[in-house]
Amino acid sequence: MTLASAHADPRDLLADHLPALRAFAISLTRNGAMADDLVQDTVLKAWTNIEKFDPGTNLQAWLFTILRNTYYSDLRKRKREVPDPDGHFAASLFEKPAHDGRLAFNDFQRAFDQLSPEHREVLILVGASGYSCEQAASMMGVAVGTVKSRANRARRRLADMLQLQDGEGMFSGIDGATQAVLGRSAIKAA
Amino acid sequence: MYGAMPAEDQPKSRLRDQIDENLKRVYEDALREEVPDRFKQLLEQLRQKDVKS
Repeated sequence: MTLASAHADPRDLLADHLPALRAFAISLTRNGAMADDLVQDTVLKAWTNIEKFDPGTNLQAWLFTILRNTYYSDLRKRKREVPDPDGHFAASLFEKPAHDGRLAFNDFQRAFDQLSPEHREVLILVGASGYSCEQAASMMGVAVGTVKSRANRARRRLADMLQLQDGEGMFSGIDGATQAVLGRSAIKAA
Repeated sequence: MYGAMPAEDQPKSRLRDQIDENLKRVYEDALREEVPDRFKQLLEQLRQKDVKS
């Protein structure tokens, strides 16, 4: 009965990572019920394969990797149910809101929903949850260059759907005060 | 080149910043959601199963 991990069992840390796992699952699936099933499968796999986790590495990244691998293997199983896998979408579906910044965020979410899972994944990993392109590459099992080019394509697709052009603010057309509240990067004036 | 755009404006990175801020908001909104009890129960069940075996 020699459990080497007796006093630092990474399984005790799984609970701490549940919010991030769910956030990643929701970002990937854009569906709460699917996300929760995915998190459940991930927790089960992590628990039963915990000896494969290298304690010197990032537990969250390991969990995210299990989650995304599970997601894509589920997706492949029911491929026919997935409409528009490449995320092609008419660019004119989104009205550019003139006055309401919140509407802009709603539009952003709708555009994000229309991206392919691969595009949502790369943007959430490198754009939102702060992983480096190198970390994302090893989680996604692709080359670093692929991460960068995929992220660029995903951003461009978002911009296309939101009818943004380079230099044109997402919230252009609203007054400066609202803009200041909405995004620090948007207020380079002065 | 975009004639009307002063070079120091770096339009591409501004657009990118705006997209990334919205991405962070998408992610953080999801992060703030309460974790359903089923996951705490699941971990508890796994723990008890482990103790027994």
